Amino acid sequence: MQKETPVLDERQLGRVLARISHEISERNAGAKNLVVVGIQTRGAHLARRMAKLLSELEGLKVPVGEMDITFYRDDIETRPDRPVVKKTHIPFSIDEKIVILVDDVLFTGRTVRAALDELIDFGRPRAVQLAVLVDRGHRELPIRADYVGKNIPTSQSQEVIVRVKEADRQDSVSLTDKKRARR
Amino acid sequence: MPKKSKKEEALPRTPAVIAGGRIIDPASGIDRPGDVYLEDGKIARLEFSKLLSKKSIQSFGSKALDASGLVVSPGFIDLHVHLREPGREDEETIVSGTKAAAAGGFTSVCCMPNTDPPLDNQENIRFVLEQARFAYARVYPTGCITQGRKGEKIAEIGDLYSAGAVAVTDDGSPVMDASVMRLAFEYSKMFGIPVVQHAEDMSLSHGGLMHEGFVSTVLGMRGIPAAAEEVIVARDLKLLESFGGRLHVAHLSTAGALELVREAKKKKLPVTCEVTPHHLTLTDEEIKKSFNPNLRVNPPVRSKKDVEALREGLIDGTIDAIATDHAPHSREEKEVEFDAAPNGMIGLETAFGIVMTELVAKGYLSLAQAVEKLTAGPAKVFGLPGGQLKVGRPADITIFDPGQSWTYRASEGFSKSINSPFDGWSFKGKVVSTLLNGKVVYPFESKLEVTPLGPQDKIKLQVAGKKTSKRKK
Amino acid sequence: MKKFPYKHLLGLEGLTREEIEFVLDTAVTFKEVLERPIKKVPTLRGLTIVNLFYEASTRTRISFELAQKRLSADTVNFTPSSSSVKKGETLRDTVRNLEAMKIDMVVVRHASSGVPYFLTQCLESSIINAGDGAHEHPTQGLLDLYTIREKYGKVEGLRVVIVGDIKHSRVARSNIWGLKAMGASVAVCGPSTLLPVEMEKMGVEVYTDLNKALWGADVVNVLRLQLERMERGFLPTLREYSRLFGITKERLALLNKNYTIMHPGPINRGVEITPEVADSPESVILAQVTNGVAVRMAVLYLLSGQQEEAVA
Repeated sequence: MQKETPVLDERQLGRVLARISHEISERNAGAKNLVVVGIQTRGAHLARRMAKLLSELEGLKVPVGEMDITFYRDDIETRPDRPVVKKTHIPFSIDEKIVILVDDVLFTGRTVRAALDELIDFGRPRAVQLAVLVDRGHRELPIRADYVGKNIPTSQSQEVIVRVKEADRQDSVSLTDKKRARR
Repeated sequence: MPKKSKKEEALPRTPAVIAGGRIIDPASGIDRPGDVYLEDGKIARLEFSKLLSKKSIQSFGSKALDASGLVVSPGFIDLHVHLREPGREDEETIVSGTKAAAAGGFTSVCCMPNTDPPLDNQENIRFVLEQARFAYARVYPTGCITQGRKGEKIAEIGDLYSAGAVAVTDDGSPVMDASVMRLAFEYSKMFGIPVVQHAEDMSLSHGGLMHEGFVSTVLGMRGIPAAAEEVIVARDLKLLESFGGRLHVAHLSTAGALELVREAKKKKLPVTCEVTPHHLTLTDEEIKKSFNPNLRVNPPVRSKKDVEALREGLIDGTIDAIATDHAPHSREEKEVEFDAAPNGMIGLETAFGIVMTELVAKGYLSLAQAVEKLTAGPAKVFGLPGGQLKVGRPADITIFDPGQSWTYRASEGFSKSINSPFDGWSFKGKVVSTLLNGKVVYPFESKLEVTPLGPQDKIKLQVAGKKTSKRKK
Repeated sequence: MKKFPYKHLLGLEGLTREEIEFVLDTAVTFKEVLERPIKKVPTLRGLTIVNLFYEASTRTRISFELAQKRLSADTVNFTPSSSSVKKGETLRDTVRNLEAMKIDMVVVRHASSGVPYFLTQCLESSIINAGDGAHEHPTQGLLDLYTIREKYGKVEGLRVVIVGDIKHSRVARSNIWGLKAMGASVAVCGPSTLLPVEMEKMGVEVYTDLNKALWGADVVNVLRLQLERMERGFLPTLREYSRLFGITKERLALLNKNYTIMHPGPINRGVEITPEVADSPESVILAQVTNGVAVRMAVLYLLSGQQEEAVA
């Protein structure tokens, strides 16, 4: 068992999501023309929660979708394994909408780059804003998040573990020193 | 060229005695330690009581061939070999083919007449015999049954016989017309030579690539049913019964055909048959594993049941001889997808290894029985001299090591062609030395053999090491 | 842990249920891509795929081409005319050229069984069998399985009957392997002259009576009858074949409720199937075509980037 340093517990995670939702609504003057798209897998769970929070906040239904970015990865050829591809389901038009792209951890930025390319193939949004639960630094591409839950400076050998109730039976964020198998 | 062992290096080319070996001569019923004395290319004496001691052998010096630990037998006889000359000298010549024969322990081969032009007249038979003067084994040609092998009119069998043909066959093709087969039987009776039938009903085998059975069903390949062979064998046996003659069934491959021959022999009909080493070993399942075009052969390799039945046929004597049906094909023609490949595989250099490993070692045949099927058996079928160690007769002798393990590499063989599915197979039992007329022809003296006709040296093809990756289940 | 650890797809024989399910699941995600406004993903960008079709086949080739293009791969079609070319010579020469051009994947269709395997022995590329003689047509088998699974939610426990010229059908063989791996029970039905020997050893029920075969079946996969079977004497006339083995509206009463009619195409209307049945709501023939592109995308995607010599 790897030693894990807790960073956020359930309550803290809940507050962070609430705060981000307020920020989103503040910055965009409400939730009109907003749609939320989460990056599989945990980003999608978080996206659904945020869409619900935003809906409650603003009193209107905020559409939410999910996206698997496997087909847009830039490392297809070097990775021989073909993991199970999850659902992509965006049952609404994103043309002229403000898309809140949601992911759990922002690291090198490559996942977001792939997500942006995929999103553009679905339509032409008015703007895309990035919301992440954790920003752990070490960008390899010029990508920055508009909304950050928590900044956690890490070293390359560390791993940020995000757990969400929908998939992992608990809500938490922790840090571990040993390198785990890439998700 | 296999590395020469110490023994081979000191090999006397014309020994006065082959000593210290175990003599197996089924024709004379001999299987015991003995020394063979040679003189003027003939067998002078077989000595069983006053055997030379190790010391005495050494004192003989270079005139004694030390056969301790080895078996000494009559030179093997192959009733069915394609030497491809005239016409396809790129695939094989009489010289290269007999070189391969000698390496396989064969001192006599019967060559098939489906050359280009075919051996359907005496000039062509004489041509073969002329070329055979430089051969490494005795060459007994067979002539065609019909003119041009067309299956319509019988050939000048009288002329062929006078010129030296020991049998007639249209091999490669059957004689489809029963009336022509009848004429062949009746006409050949005058010369006392057998008619050899390549038993295949072309209307049943048409388009077939492999044995028709479960494997061909799974592979979706057009099959050649066992019935295609059996129908012709049954018909020929009836013709034999009604009109006389002598029938020899070439490369028999099915349990059904074997049973027909067995019944006919019980009725004392003059019928004989031969089986190839590959039909005694390989099954259609091999094709499924690799689609190796070297497995494409006619008649096709059959089912396990057929292989077992043929082994039984050897044991109970229904099968008279083992014959290779050595069929060289050029690389360009064979290294293609399965159904574009011509039928046939080479076999002279693997026959003995296969017989030893698959039949003797596995308990189907005793060593003596195996030797019989390669010597006395074939000699009897065509009435050939040889196949026996007889005093006063030419010293055609094969010396082999029944325990030596070796791996066959087609590219290192002496045939001009390399189309063998046994490439890479390990065998236990190897021919060590072959003598023709008392002279050691194998191992060969040098790589280059200069003959009056010019060097017929085989350019050893370097086959790039192709991975035999197995199909993952 | 590789779920589909193969470099080539030569057939469905030997694939496990898990492996087939994985391919079908992947195909589901590609079907979604085909419903997007931009029906394209950059996944196989930079890969070169050659479609080597020695047998004329517009629909299968187009299906593969679409699949390749939707994955952003570069496609090259090679359809040598069979008229003036000596058999055997062409394939070897073609292979030599392909070797020199460093192709990533080859999709091959050929009239001889075993040609795809032959290619795996002489090329570094991944090989996909688009039909070799009467041996296998794995992508057709997969898309048939996909279509069945899509309708019923499962394949296990269903009774599937394949009707027609089984002897010469690679579609039948691939379907049999795939269906059995997925737990369906399979029957074949056709005239005796078109049923291969020892067919029952493949684990299927064998019928020559169509009514008996159709009784209690859920899915009927109707094979195309090739007219040359008449010329070769396997059947006396088309008329007799139609009468004995044609899928007509009346025969459908023998099937289970919620039955499905399938056909690999192209259809000989009025011969093996009436237009009425072919166009009925229970016929999924068109869905098969759509699913074909998604399934082929999944296969191309899963085989790309495999380094191992494992062969399916």
